[in-house]
Amino acid sequence: MTWEVGSYLNIGVILGLVIFIAAMLIWVERRLLGLWQERLGPNRVGWFGLLQVAADMIKIFTKEDWIPPFADRMSFVLAPAIIMVVILTSFAVIPFAPGVGVVDSNIGILFVLAMASLGAYSVMLGGLSSDNKYALLGALRAAAQMVSYEVFMGISLLGVVALSGSFNLREIVIAQSDGWYIFPQFIGFVIFLIAGIAESHRLPFDIPEAEQEICSGYHTEYSGMKFGMFFVGEYLGLVLIASLLTVLFFGGWLGPAFLPPIFWFAIKAFGFIAFFILLRAAIPRPRYDQLMTYGWLFLLPLSLLNLLVTGAIILVTQ
Amino acid sequence: MFNLIKDTLLSQVVTLWHVFSHAFVKADTVQYPEEQPYMFPRWRGRIILSRDPDGEERCVACNLCAVACPVDCIALQKTEDEDGRWYPEFFRINFSRCIMCGFCEEACPTYAIQLTPDFEMAEYTRQDMVWEKEDLLISGTGKYHDYSFYRVAGKSIKGKDKGEALNEAAPVDVRSLLT
Repeated sequence: MTWEVGSYLNIGVILGLVIFIAAMLIWVERRLLGLWQERLGPNRVGWFGLLQVAADMIKIFTKEDWIPPFADRMSFVLAPAIIMVVILTSFAVIPFAPGVGVVDSNIGILFVLAMASLGAYSVMLGGLSSDNKYALLGALRAAAQMVSYEVFMGISLLGVVALSGSFNLREIVIAQSDGWYIFPQFIGFVIFLIAGIAESHRLPFDIPEAEQEICSGYHTEYSGMKFGMFFVGEYLGLVLIASLLTVLFFGGWLGPAFLPPIFWFAIKAFGFIAFFILLRAAIPRPRYDQLMTYGWLFLLPLSLLNLLVTGAIILVTQ
Repeated sequence: MFNLIKDTLLSQVVTLWHVFSHAFVKADTVQYPEEQPYMFPRWRGRIILSRDPDGEERCVACNLCAVACPVDCIALQKTEDEDGRWYPEFFRINFSRCIMCGFCEEACPTYAIQLTPDFEMAEYTRQDMVWEKEDLLISGTGKYHDYSFYRVAGKSIKGKDKGEALNEAAPVDVRSLLT
């Protein structure tokens, strides 16, 4: 069995590691939130509380997996599976390091965007099939938010595509060997960052599941491992957005040679994950209409302008 | 445009920085079972019944604590010994009801009932939360070391007649005023 892109060993290790990291993020997030809120966070179960994840797992697996009698059974069961499948599939095109990856696709960016769009179905189906007013409101918000933010999530990436001349994520990383795209594409980076947070509905854009307003939004009726899948799906989305930011704007695995490439990738991605957690600790949730106005009236024109200017500069310099 | 950027972006960045800077501040958490917090002497915790400096029960079973108690968790019955001292036949506090308000301590005329800084009172069964006089009574004087009710009060008991209490004048025979 060889260690190259697409080998079964490669696929297995990536799949296992990604899910493991997403689960460990439960602990990482709680510890980091504790750090920034001047408390300790979970530190009792195992070393530094590391086994907290195991305890949570045992708890969530042994809980009653209840399907409400008024829910639409099939789509209720399907919804949490969709988000897991969709996000795990998106990881297929992420180039973690030279030789580490699942597929070397020519349409990597498009694939990720398409999968992110499919993720909206999970939330919508979950909310609709629950037959609960809070879940419905959450699904409504999620659908609107994800559809709106997907628009300029795609547009903000076009600058990167134009600069590197490829949709292939691996080639985009290699194209950054003489300068990361964060510098020429700073506006694109900021827009993608914001859209990414909205896309994975993390705080401060967790409007679809705003606890204070609409219970837990679309997963109000979920319990047991089905809720756990939404939960881990959210963390997987977080890892995905952090990986994408690393690949598209921060040179992926590129870095000084004293560390192996995969470590550089991990360090950069973890930096973004920590930043997302800091956002959760610091920024309050905007109102729903503020989010929409901000997206359509500010970010969309800005991303179009960014694309226009990038295109013009490329045209002039060539 | 500048104001828009200032309001939307810069204020958020400042917020982020302020929260991030808390990473370098020591956590406020007290790791409770290993690390005990300092309990202030006047903390209103577990209720005790104290004794006077002679080692006798201070409680005179006046029932004021039971009356003052807003949740009615104190029950007692007065009785008397052969010396004429009043004391409670039983004294029962249901700690599953007690709200540690301290009204009983304020109402007590003899400093008998006092609240202490002990708060670790969890039990596995509800019945264990009911404390009898034997459980409540301590061997010391609590917060007031020199106070003894019968020594200052006008009540006559065996060994101390009317007028013999501290700072008390001998009783006046009212009929002597008629002459």
